[in-house]
Amino acid sequence: MPAGPHRPSEECRRIFALLSEYLDAELPLETCDEIEAHLSDCPPCVEFLESLRRTVELCRSFEPGEMPGPLSEEVRAELRQLYEKALRGRPSGGAP
Amino acid sequence: MPATDAQQQEIELARRLVAGEPGAFERFVELFRNKLFQYSLLVCGHHEDAEEVAQDALFKVFEKLDQLREPERIRPWVFRIARNACLMKRRKSVFAPERELSLEELMPQAGEDGGQWKLEIADWSSLPEDQALRAELQRVVREAIQALPEIYKTVLLLRDIEGLSTAETAEVLGVSEEVVKTRLHRARLAVRQKLDSYLRSSRGNSSRGKAN
Repeated sequence: MPAGPHRPSEECRRIFALLSEYLDAELPLETCDEIEAHLSDCPPCVEFLESLRRTVELCRSFEPGEMPGPLSEEVRAELRQLYEKALRGRPSGGAP
Repeated sequence: MPATDAQQQEIELARRLVAGEPGAFERFVELFRNKLFQYSLLVCGHHEDAEEVAQDALFKVFEKLDQLREPERIRPWVFRIARNACLMKRRKSVFAPERELSLEELMPQAGEDGGQWKLEIADWSSLPEDQALRAELQRVVREAIQALPEIYKTVLLLRDIEGLSTAETAEVLGVSEEVVKTRLHRARLAVRQKLDSYLRSSRGNSSRGKAN
């Protein structure tokens, strides 16, 4: 493995900074190859990457804890008026 | 990044809305009011403030709807309005300075086991099989996101929860794509760190010490 015996290597630290972009496929192919070469020989980085991947999964399946209260009919009517005005102002000039 | 089915449906809804099709207004208000509220709640932190900001933003959306030229860009367009509404609200309240998160503080601790280094992290491998734990983790994720400094929270919300692209998020927030990437990574690392602490404390699941 590329690290020293008791601590992450500089390469581990460099890759640590790039892991989100790696998961999001936003890195150049060449950089991905470098990361994968490092991962193939560094189980702690693989383990960390997996924990980050699962964190992203959990964030993406985030469910709101609270919902807004009901919209009053008065506000809804005001919004509809604005909507109808906006439609008249659009180039196509449609009507609801 | 290809649009998900939900994103495609939102774009289709926006097309129907600007075309004045029946039912589009009601559906749009229901869906995007909820989105605006969730964004405002995470940024403002208080239910009442979030209700007020979401409503202000919804009025702005309809006031400016005649300026929406590309319905496929409805999501970044709406969230830009939400962001501005939140900023207006914040100006009226006590100013809280932003805290920067450093990579150093988000790196896991490294220890030693059998002469090799190891990460001091929890065992994440059993998460998919444990549904009860996943529900509890959702609570931890929510608290972790709410605890993020705002500049990180907004990026994580737009990128990971709402699924905007890096470019769209940069446009909404008025920052570069590089800044979005940096903030997103640190936001995810901070949430990961909270989850890891939770897993280790709640499951007696301290570092496995996988030596190399």
